[in-house]
Amino acid sequence: MTAVLGGRPAGLTTLHLADDDTDSRARLVVVGNGMAGARLVEEVLERGGGEQFRITVFGDEPHGNYNRIMLSPVLAGEEHEDDIVLNSHDWYADNGVALRAGVRIERIDTAAKLVHADDGSVTAYDHLVLATGSRSFIPPMTGVRRADGSLLSGVFGFRTIDETRAMLDAVQGETVRGEEAPVGGAPRRAVVLGGGLLGLEAARALQGHGMQVDLVHAAPSLMNAQLDAEAGAILKRSVEELGITVHLDVLATEVVGTDRVRGVLLADGRRLDADLLVVAAGIRPNTDVAVVSGLEVQRAVVVDDQLRTDDPDVYAIGECAQHRGEVYGLVAPAWEHATVLADVLTGADPTAEYHGSRTATKLKVAGVDVATMGINTPERDEDEFLVISEPKRGVHLSVVIRDDKLVGATLLGDTRKVAFLTQAFDRGAPLPEERIRLLVDLTDGAEEVGVAEMPGDSQVCNCNGVSKAAICEVVADGCSSVSGVMDRTRAGKGCGSCKSLVRQIVEWAADGDLAEDAAASYYVPGIPLAKPQLMAAIREQDLRSVSAVFAALAPGGQDDARSKMGLTSLLRMIWGSEYVQENDAKFINDRVHANIQRDGTFSVVPQMKGGVTTPAQLRRIADVAEKYEVPMVKVTGGQRIDLLGVRKEDLPAMWDDLGMPSGYAYGKSFRTVKTCVGSDFCRFGLDDSTQLGIDLETRFQGIESPAKIKMAVVGCPRNCAEAYVKDVGVVAVGSGRWEVYVGGAAGASVRKGDLLATVDSPEAVIELTGRFLQYYRENANWLERTYDFVPRIGLERIKQVLLEDGEGIVADLDAGLQRSVDAYTDPWGQDGRQPATPGQFRPALPLVALPQVPVR
Amino acid sequence: MSLTDLRTTTGHVVGRVEDVPPGEGRAFVAGGTQIAVFRLRDGSLHATQAACPHAGGPLADGQTDVDVLVCPLHLYAYRWSDGAATSGATGVRVYPVREVDGDLVVDV
Repeated sequence: MTAVLGGRPAGLTTLHLADDDTDSRARLVVVGNGMAGARLVEEVLERGGGEQFRITVFGDEPHGNYNRIMLSPVLAGEEHEDDIVLNSHDWYADNGVALRAGVRIERIDTAAKLVHADDGSVTAYDHLVLATGSRSFIPPMTGVRRADGSLLSGVFGFRTIDETRAMLDAVQGETVRGEEAPVGGAPRRAVVLGGGLLGLEAARALQGHGMQVDLVHAAPSLMNAQLDAEAGAILKRSVEELGITVHLDVLATEVVGTDRVRGVLLADGRRLDADLLVVAAGIRPNTDVAVVSGLEVQRAVVVDDQLRTDDPDVYAIGECAQHRGEVYGLVAPAWEHATVLADVLTGADPTAEYHGSRTATKLKVAGVDVATMGINTPERDEDEFLVISEPKRGVHLSVVIRDDKLVGATLLGDTRKVAFLTQAFDRGAPLPEERIRLLVDLTDGAEEVGVAEMPGDSQVCNCNGVSKAAICEVVADGCSSVSGVMDRTRAGKGCGSCKSLVRQIVEWAADGDLAEDAAASYYVPGIPLAKPQLMAAIREQDLRSVSAVFAALAPGGQDDARSKMGLTSLLRMIWGSEYVQENDAKFINDRVHANIQRDGTFSVVPQMKGGVTTPAQLRRIADVAEKYEVPMVKVTGGQRIDLLGVRKEDLPAMWDDLGMPSGYAYGKSFRTVKTCVGSDFCRFGLDDSTQLGIDLETRFQGIESPAKIKMAVVGCPRNCAEAYVKDVGVVAVGSGRWEVYVGGAAGASVRKGDLLATVDSPEAVIELTGRFLQYYRENANWLERTYDFVPRIGLERIKQVLLEDGEGIVADLDAGLQRSVDAYTDPWGQDGRQPATPGQFRPALPLVALPQVPVR
Repeated sequence: MSLTDLRTTTGHVVGRVEDVPPGEGRAFVAGGTQIAVFRLRDGSLHATQAACPHAGGPLADGQTDVDVLVCPLHLYAYRWSDGAATSGATGVRVYPVREVDGDLVVDV
C-alpha cells in the first residue's frame, strides 16, 4: 500500500552535487511529475538540455512517473502496477534530474522567481513549467465528505495509483465463489458515478472482480462528450450485456453511511446500495498554485502559442493549460505541448508554436472499441452526415464532412476504418466520391489500400514471397482463374491469410476477363461438387473410402493428390468407425501421427488435457527425451510439451515408452484446450475452468474437422488462457455462468470470437460446444477455419440454428458428433503395436544429410 | 551389389513390390543413390530422387495421384511424366522403375 512505484531501494538517496555558485546552467523547475511534466523533461534532455539546464521536478505523489492511462487495466487486474512505470526514480538520478517526489508546491513568487513547497523549502528558478494536471471532480453530494473534508471511507476518485491500490485492497477477498462477504468485510456492490470513459472502465474493472456494479450518469447518454445520443444508446446496450446496470439522466444527491459508504440516493428518490463508491464524474484542472500566484486563470492556466503564461518565465502544459480557449483531457495534446515547449526552451526551434490539437482517440471502453475524432454531429446546413447504425451488432459509425473534408468521425464497435479516417482527418486527404466507402469496405473488407494503387513490388504472399507484379505477370501470361494463379505462383498457399488479396489482384489484373472459377465452390479441387452435394452423394452411394469416392465421383474416375486429405477428413466425419481407411489418402502427419518438421523428422506431443500434468508424466517425458536423444524439448503455445526432431523409425517405441495418448498436435482436428488455474488456486477465478477444459478435451479428443480446432477455458474475464481468440473460447463470468465465444483466432489472422451464448453449467458448455463443432464440421469448406466460417455463415444464423433449433437439426448434430466421439481410438496405442501398412515408420531419407534445424 | 550386377548393367533391385503399399512411397538406396519409389493404386510404378529440390523434403512421404507427386513440406508438385514442377520451379529427377518377378528394379 505504501510502496513507492518506480522507487529506489530503501536507504538510497540522490546525491545533490550541483553547486549554485559554480554551476552556470539555468535553473529549469517543473511542477508536476505526471505524463506531461515527465515528458517535457525527456524532450528537453533529448535536445541536449542537460547541458543547458539544472532540472528539478516536483511531484506531489511519492512515485516515479507512471502511465496514468493504464490505471484501468491495473484496477482490472490485467496489468501489474510495476509495468506501468514510465520513469523510475533511478531514471531521474541517471539523467541528473533532481526529483522531489512527494513534495507539493504551494506558491510561486514570480517577482523573486522562487517556488515555495509544502515542506518549507524554497527553490529558485529561471524557467518554470506548470504541469499540475487535473484532479477528480467530486460533485456536491450530502455526506460524501467527513467533517475534516476528506472523502468518506469507501469513496474513491479514480485518478492516481494510490486510489487504484485502495480500491483493489477494498475488493480483495471478494472473489471467493458463492460466498457472502463477511459483515464489514470485502464489498460486493459498487456504484460508479460517471458514464464517461473513466467511469465505464472502472465499472468494467470492478465487475471483473465479481462485484455487482451500478453506473450512474447525469447525462441522457453514455460518453456524451464523445458520442452522439444514438451511439451512446448502443454503447449502453453493450455495457448492459456485460452485466452492468446503467442509470442515465439522474444525479446522485446523497451518500448514505456514517462510518463508511452504505449506498447512494438518487435525485429521483431511489436508493442504490453500495459498499464502494467510485466517483469518475469528470476532472478539473489543478490551478490552485497558479491562482494564488497571480497568474491568469480562466478554466485553466491561460497560455499563448508558445505555452507561456502571462508571466514570461512561467509556462503551463498538459491538462492544466488552456490554449485558445481549449482545455484538453487527453495525453496526445499534452505530449504535443511538451514537444513544442522543449523546442522553445532549449532553442532547438525558438519559433516553435503550438496551434491546437485535432484530437482523435481510439480506445477500448468496457470491451467495446471506440474511436472518435473531431465533431460528432453536423453543425452547419451544408455539412454532409453519414450514419450506419446496427444496434443489434453493437455497431454505430458516422462521419461529418464539410467542404469535401472530413471534420468528424465516430466509430463504435467496429474500428477497422480508423487508420484511413485518421489520415483523412489529420491531413485533409481527399475523400472517396461514394462516401459510404469511408465507413465500409465494399470490396469485402479485406484490404484498406486499393489493389490498383499497390506498388508492383509490394509483397502479397509473405509465406511464399510473391509480389503483386508476379501475380500480374502470370495473369498477363494468360492464366485467368484465381486457383490457376495460385497454383502457378504459390501465392496464398502458405498460411492462406492473403487469399482474398490475391483474388482481388487477379480480378483487377484480368480486368473483368476473369475465367469463371467453378472450382472455387468445390469442397476439394478433384471432385466437382460443393460440400453439401458431395456429402449427399457419399451417403447415397455408400462411399466409404477415398478411392471409392474418386472412382464414383471424380471426372474419369481419376484421383487427385490435393483432394485426398480433405476427403479422408470428410469420410471419417460421415462414417465414424465405419469409414474404410486408406493410409495413402492421408497426409504424412496423419499416417504417422506426428508433425513433420523441415528436416523430415517429426515432433511428438503427448496429450496433456487442459495443460495439467503430473510429476510422474514429466519424469516419463524426461526419460523418453533422453533415451531418444530428442534435440529439443519445448513447451507449446497449447500448454503441452513438444519433443522435436524425432526420427520416424523411433516413433512407435517412443509412444510405447511414453504410455500417453496422442495430443493430435499434427492433424486438421481438435487439438487442445488451454485453461487457466481457475478457482482452485487463483485469487480471481470465478469458476473451475481447469476441470471444464479437461472435460472438453476428453470429449472432443481426436475429432477431425475441416481445419484445426483450438479451444480455451478461462476462470474469469482476465482471459489468461486467451479464450477470446480461440475457435471456441469459454469464459467464466461468475454465479456458475459461462460465456461461449466462437470464431476467434490469434494466428495469421487475429479476431476476437463472437459471443454465441451465455450458459449456466459446464454441461451446457460441453453440449453447445459439441453442436457448434458438428455444425462447423458439416458446413465448413476444407481448411476453412472458424474465424472465416463464423462471419461467412453469420453469427445470427448460427445462433438461430444452434440455440433455437431454427432448422430442426440440433438432434442430428448431437448424433453426428456422438458418432465421432464413439469412434475415437488413440492412434498411438493402435499403430504403435501393429503398423497400418508395411514400412509405415521406415525412414524416408536414409542417407543424405539434410539441412538441420539448429539445436539450441 | 553382385546380385544387382548379375541382373542388369544399370538396374538395381531395391526391394519387393509389397514393400511399397498401394498409393504410397518408400525410400530406397539404389547403387548409392537415394530414390523414392511409388506404387500407385492403378498398379503403375514411379521413382524419383528422394529429396525435394526445393527444401530437401522427404518425397517418399508425399502424396500422389496419376499425374503428380506432392512434397509433404511445402506442397510443391512434380509431374511423373518428366519430373517438372507444376509451379515452374526446379523439377525432380525421375528414374525408370519396373517389376521383375516381384522385385522392384530401378535404373540409375
